[in-house]
Amino acid sequence: MMKVAHAQLWVHDQEEALAFYTQKLGMEVRSDVTLPELGNFRWLTVAPPGQSDIAIVLMAIPGPPVMDPQTAEQVKELMGKGFAGTVFLSTDDVHSDYEQLKARGVEFTEEPEERPYGIDSGFRDPSGNSFRLTQVREIAAV
Amino acid sequence: MAFVPPARHLLRARDLADARYFEPLGVDQMAGAAGLSRAHFSREFRRAFGESPHAYLLTRRLERAAALLRTTDRSVADICFSVGLQSVGSFTSSFTRTYGKSPTAYRAAFPAATDRALVPACIVRAYARPQHRTFREDNGSGPV
Repeated sequence: MMKVAHAQLWVHDQEEALAFYTQKLGMEVRSDVTLPELGNFRWLTVAPPGQSDIAIVLMAIPGPPVMDPQTAEQVKELMGKGFAGTVFLSTDDVHSDYEQLKARGVEFTEEPEERPYGIDSGFRDPSGNSFRLTQVREIAAV
Repeated sequence: MAFVPPARHLLRARDLADARYFEPLGVDQMAGAAGLSRAHFSREFRRAFGESPHAYLLTRRLERAAALLRTTDRSVADICFSVGLQSVGSFTSSFTRTYGKSPTAYRAAFPAATDRALVPACIVRAYARPQHRTFREDNGSGPV
């Protein structure tokens, strides 16, 4: 059986991302390993407590020889423009999570609002990556 | 610590337009959110996103107005004001130029908010925002 194990996000600074994802979003660190033999590549993953089978990889944008400087600049620019991807989070109480995250300094781009599919809100991480936080509506079986 | 990419500041301005389009918001406030002077901001915004901040804000407002026309029975004037525009005449002109039909005709083409795919609101906003159409390029000195 195939499952999603990790999904990767580019971040402009792993330390800043680590602080944001753990202290502000309340995620926990699953792996934080730096490998000198790989040019100090740092494998840094975080995930929500209580969800054990998936984690987000907070990936630094590499330099040569992995990525040429021009491409690295393009990735940085795409990320800064908010076009490097979206993580869709779900919750059973979006209003409570919204208040909690806002109190910790998360800047919401959209406050929780009723939508046909549930109550939806949005914010960004310090690098510009987009997050949705949605309380999905229970649809009665027919 | 690595520097935040410069485009990240421009994204704050675009997020402000997406979040506060219904307020009397203009390019000056967007420039403020990016921490740049208005002229520099307009140049950089256009370089990053391919259109002027004025055009982005206007098309955001038109997209929201189109959504309200499709999904509510509110009057055209009410919808115009509720998306942050202050002149019904200008709104009707911009809308007609952009969508190829007047707000009233546009509404009539969508008889009911019938069963549609439950696509997330962020997707609807991003993909339904129209291309800006104008007879003259925004030079940063026009109305905001």
